[in-house]
Amino acid sequence: MHKRLQKNDVLFLSATALLLAAVLAAMLLFRGKSGKQVVITVDREVFGTYPLSQDNVVRIDTGTSVNELTIENGTAKMTEADCPDKLCMHQKAISRERETIVCLPNKIVVTVTGGGDSSLDAIVN
Amino acid sequence: MKRKTAYMGLFLALALICGYVEMLIPIPLGIPGVKLGLTNIVVLIMLYSIGVKEAFAISVLRILLSGFLFGNAFSILYSLSGGILSFAVMLLLKKSGRLGCISVSTAGGIFHNIGQLGMAVLIVGNTAVLYYCPVLLVSGALTGLLIGVLAQEIILRIGDRIRF
Ligand SMILES: [Zn+2]
Repeated sequence: MHKRLQKNDVLFLSATALLLAAVLAAMLLFRGKSGKQVVITVDREVFGTYPLSQDNVVRIDTGTSVNELTIENGTAKMTEADCPDKLCMHQKAISRERETIVCLPNKIVVTVTGGGDSSLDAIVN
Repeated sequence: MKRKTAYMGLFLALALICGYVEMLIPIPLGIPGVKLGLTNIVVLIMLYSIGVKEAFAISVLRILLSGFLFGNAFSILYSLSGGILSFAVMLLLKKSGRLGCISVSTAGGIFHNIGQLGMAVLIVGNTAVLYYCPVLLVSGALTGLLIGVLAQEIILRIGDRIRF
């Protein structure tokens, strides 16, 4: 380890950076359309499906834990949770297809699905 | 032997403190599992200056202890999957002899997050969690790079003075 960065390292790090940039670009390019509803699953089972168009506060009572999902202005956010880490409450509000909020300790996953084509909606309306 | 026990205790304490400090510095990305990976500094120093077995032991013991102290069964499972996968990848790359500390640490950071995400999929039984994959890969690479630079400087300065 005389030289801090050998030629191999420069190659490896550049290749990694390129690969990750491609992954990020793909993610932004294939970002989901705005979704219609959120599906809540608790420990592999569907807990319920709720439309994003309707403001709502969903109490996710699993029997051993309680979370609260607030649907407001077409976005969903975890606003209450009794998990120890509270990471779910710090995740950003979701509204586009495939966007997900997860509460690992309580095994809750909230995912946006059923994207309606927003431009088509605009025309219909 | 006595000297070795003392060193191992010292490194374990150091790793625990790094893990604790890390909990006090939340990274506000709104994504679960994004961490600085400070404890990997200790693991890297041990891997380069002491040995594979010792580095692995400290990395696993640290996770178990901080799990018992601050976490729960799930957080232990979650950290272990990240820690062990990351260690395996770092060991392989280091053994190849072609890459230096910074590359090894960067790969370790990436695979740490892959391991955690894989465990998250198993725990919640839902692949929707993979939505976080791109951001976790990038954050793992960036933190791994930073930790690799820091660890390399420490190893270059005091690495040869750590001997059992
Ligand atoms: Zn939670």
